[in-house]
Amino acid sequence: MKCCFVYIICFLAFSPFKILAQNNNYEGKRKEIDVREIILTEVSDSYEWYITTWKSKSISIPLPVILHSNNSGWHVFMSSKFEEQPVYKGFYIAKEGKYKDKIVELDENGKEIRPLDISLTKTATALIFNSVLLIILIMSIAHYYKKDGIFPKKGFVILMEMLIVDIYEGVIKPSIGNDYRRYAPYLLTVFFFIFLNNLMGLIPFFPFGATVTGNIAITFTLALFTMLIVNFSGTKEYWKEIFWPEVPAWLKVPVPLMPAVEFIGIFTKPFALMIRLFANIVGGHSIVGGLVCLVFVTVKLGTTINVTMSALSVIFTVFIDLIELLIAYIQAYIFTMLSAVFIGLARVEPSHKQAAKEVVKQV
Amino acid sequence: MSLLMPDFGLFFWMMLSFGIVVFILVKFGFPAILQMIEKRRSYIEESLLEAENARKELEEIKTEAKKIQDEAFLNRKKILDETTEIKNALIKEAKEKAFIEAEKIMEEAKKQIRYEKMMALQEIKQQVAEISIAVSEKLLQSKLNDKPAQMEIINRMLEKMDIGKFGN
Repeated sequence: MKCCFVYIICFLAFSPFKILAQNNNYEGKRKEIDVREIILTEVSDSYEWYITTWKSKSISIPLPVILHSNNSGWHVFMSSKFEEQPVYKGFYIAKEGKYKDKIVELDENGKEIRPLDISLTKTATALIFNSVLLIILIMSIAHYYKKDGIFPKKGFVILMEMLIVDIYEGVIKPSIGNDYRRYAPYLLTVFFFIFLNNLMGLIPFFPFGATVTGNIAITFTLALFTMLIVNFSGTKEYWKEIFWPEVPAWLKVPVPLMPAVEFIGIFTKPFALMIRLFANIVGGHSIVGGLVCLVFVTVKLGTTINVTMSALSVIFTVFIDLIELLIAYIQAYIFTMLSAVFIGLARVEPSHKQAAKEVVKQV
Repeated sequence: MSLLMPDFGLFFWMMLSFGIVVFILVKFGFPAILQMIEKRRSYIEESLLEAENARKELEEIKTEAKKIQDEAFLNRKKILDETTEIKNALIKEAKEKAFIEAEKIMEEAKKQIRYEKMMALQEIKQQVAEISIAVSEKLLQSKLNDKPAQMEIINRMLEKMDIGKFGN
């Protein structure tokens, strides 16, 4: 409980400053506040880890850039090279166009092309950091369980146990049905992965603060994993219900209307998972960003309005941040629950109709 | 729009790190935790069941004890009754025996007394006879010297006196 408060206070206290700092950065360059730009920077990826601006000089941690160009092969260098010289080894960060803010090179015709880019960007670094953290966290808890056996645990472990048991008993067991034990470890991993990344995204200072789960590539991969597991654990009945569902025959032949709908459903389900998580996290961070920007936008309108709006902005930011905390949990919970439900649907046993027939026969 | 396009680099790193996370946690992390949680739950269930059983057993034992106690009480009562009965019987028997014994002794005593009486009478008769004789002797000394003839007379006279009258 104490930890919780400390966390919330840190987080609430620092959140506006981060954006303030970012704003200074932009002001230095343009002298004009572009709220859209600030918010987009807040939620998008970058090649360096921006920390703050100190005396009109931006301080950021350089991250490794890993590229493979068809022309010149593999390249590994730090992102700080781009600060020294805008074009390094023929690569540069596009200022606009299709590949805005991405590393590009020029082909023979002078056209911008993307090399194969597996740079450790801000999000990728945070992702790896969080993954390592998650592994350490769960393995240390597992270690406690191995050591102490069934005896009750203390402190942090019991908090984790509460979360684990809640997901295990409240989500996985009722959603999947009989063989829930097989899928429980994966679903719990998904839950804690999303939850941890969401929380880390809310802490506004280094080495946290990267909006990992607000990146479509991340949610895409998560949804892809779930889709693969759902379809690989599909029973015969599941596939039958997709390609030959129990509907009036004219819906199936000659135009396979229902099978087509069902087949599209295979992809729309994980797609919805992907978009839901992404949109929630991006939305939350955008609102926080927007509210903090109120402080700077209202500067022009005079001191009284500015002070009032600043106070309001802080109050609203605190409020939205608390909601964000809730969302961090809820989105992890929903992703896990829907994954469990989809797996449960794929583990469907021969239809209820047949079972009902058997019951009638027996009677 | 770049926000909605999955970036390959990030996708690559995500596949790698999430894959490793899933592999490690699914293989080593969560099964251990879940196993212990399940184990603990079944242990608690078993313990509760055992406690319930123990409670039932205790209840049964209590009823059993009560039953045994009641039985013992009944037995005691029965034994007491029996003892009383035996006591009474014994006393009765003893009394009867004593009575018979007493009767016998009385009988014996009576017999003895009768005998003694007879003997006494005999003696008395003898003595009476002798005294009579003596008296008669003294009386007749002067008149009669023929002793045997006198004796005969006296005996005859005594028999006529009916000794049986003293028999009681």
